[in-house]
Amino acid sequence: MNRSTEEVLSFDEAMEKYDPVLGFEVHVELNTRTKMFDAAPNVFGDEPNTNVTPVSLGLPGVLPVVNRVAVESAIKLGLALGCEIRPVSHFARKNYFYPDTPKNFQTSQYDEPIAENGSVDVELEDGTVFTVEIERAHMEEDAGKLTHMGGAAGRIQGADFSLVDYNRAGVPLIEIVTKPIVGAGSRAPELARVYVAMIREIVKNLGISDAKMERGNVRCDANVSLMPKGSATFGTRSETKNVNSLRAVERAVRFEIQRHAAVLDSGGTIVQETRHWHEDTRSTTSGRPKSDADDYRYFPEPDLVPVVTDHEWIERLRAELPEPPAERRRRLRTDWGFSDEEFRDVVNAGVLDEIEQTVAAGAAPAAARKWWMGEIARLANQRETEIADLGVTPQHVVELNGLIDAGKINDKLAKKVLAHVLDGEGSPAEVVERRGLAVVSDDSVLTAAIDDAMAQMPDVVAKVQAGKVQAVGALIGPVMKATRGQADAGRVRELILEKLGVQG
Amino acid sequence: MSAITREQVAHLAKLAHIEMTEEELRSMAKELDLVVDSVASVSEAAGPDVPATSHPIPLQNVFREDVVGATLTAEESLRNAPDAAEGKFKVPAILDEE
Repeated sequence: MNRSTEEVLSFDEAMEKYDPVLGFEVHVELNTRTKMFDAAPNVFGDEPNTNVTPVSLGLPGVLPVVNRVAVESAIKLGLALGCEIRPVSHFARKNYFYPDTPKNFQTSQYDEPIAENGSVDVELEDGTVFTVEIERAHMEEDAGKLTHMGGAAGRIQGADFSLVDYNRAGVPLIEIVTKPIVGAGSRAPELARVYVAMIREIVKNLGISDAKMERGNVRCDANVSLMPKGSATFGTRSETKNVNSLRAVERAVRFEIQRHAAVLDSGGTIVQETRHWHEDTRSTTSGRPKSDADDYRYFPEPDLVPVVTDHEWIERLRAELPEPPAERRRRLRTDWGFSDEEFRDVVNAGVLDEIEQTVAAGAAPAAARKWWMGEIARLANQRETEIADLGVTPQHVVELNGLIDAGKINDKLAKKVLAHVLDGEGSPAEVVERRGLAVVSDDSVLTAAIDDAMAQMPDVVAKVQAGKVQAVGALIGPVMKATRGQADAGRVRELILEKLGVQG
Repeated sequence: MSAITREQVAHLAKLAHIEMTEEELRSMAKELDLVVDSVASVSEAAGPDVPATSHPIPLQNVFREDVVGATLTAEESLRNAPDAAEGKFKVPAILDEE
């Protein structure tokens, strides 16, 4: 094992000399109720080895049966990726010996995957659209989960033994493989991140996966190689395995580009190998070189029959597809009339759904944006949580906005009300009612406070009467204070001027 | 038509994590060769117009509805395990293949 610190070239220098070539294998765990080939529940986080059947455990004599919903999810994903759906596709056995697969093979697809030849448009942060070609998307099953015990903190190196939980073994997976991606240049790390983000968004939008990267629902293997500038011959690639956050994907690609460049610059050759990404050191280390063990001896799975698709089935599934994320964004941007920058901020903040629902519930787009990007984002930040987990609903925002429009509360009070809503005190209207936070609209209450203020500041009263209308502000302040900010400052001003017989 | 060599058997034995003596490798190569020869006689019967097939019965789209069925308990799952701990199968630490 090579655990030494790797030499790297600065990213800028690497980019002056080389063109990166990328390739991604993204594994998506489906959210079907049951596994790919047996009726064990597909549930995360249950007691170890309880979501298993004899099939999940690969016991002798068992027979797999394909989950119809998993196949339909694969077809839907294929369609969403613009792929051709194969009329006939087969399952195959990928043979390897490792305790994460109890059968000593993974049931996958080999030369006849369900979906082939698609493409995905991804948008870089500055709005540039980059097309990523998809080679294939195929169905397979997840492996069990190994925990390495002893040795260095759960890492495989130096472990004394491993514990295996087969709850995940057999969970349906779709692996999406890109064609080699050239021409990204210095945007390669960013492209890696937005590509994986787009796949995550697509599968979430299709409703076929929970798409939580922190749970491993979406996992990325990133292939990187470099070509000297001006060359069109691909270099030797490394494959960084299981990079499981968007930020890590970007960093891992960046690191590998810098590492490859340093090796090539010093006259060395890149070893074709898997690499492990370490978030703590933000670097990769050598895993396993390509070897005899990669001889998977694929052969057709004799226990499963072909999946045959016809026009009618495919078109029925196509009709069920939701609007693609990229099209939806274009439509919403136009409908809402946001500037490109405003819209990008909304997308990056991840509140597109919230704003859409708020607008659908009756708020103006600008007002919805103001709340979700402003006070709600601020509260999420302050409470160190995600906006989605804050507990505020689009209905709350609409109600809050309605209270402002009706003159019941002002902006300042609305923020107070919102904080109480988040504390679980009920809907905005209920909070206003219970806490008595409504704007004081009873003129008699205001008049009393105004009389007090005028009695205490006769000099200000005289100034206003002499025509210095702007001096009235000095009288409004004490009135607002007396009503604990619940008065409408405009109304207070009106009443004072009326009393003094001065035109506003 | 001799197809299987001693080297191929040694390679497969390594992939399958099976230790074999030199004598076993040679005799297994001979035996496998015989099996391959016998199977090859199928191609004499099937002409070029017969597509390769991995299933003798022309079935397709045999699916299961996505409905949860009976599962094993952790105790049942581990009953045949040579070793277990914390409700999990205990296996020797296997490093990435070198």
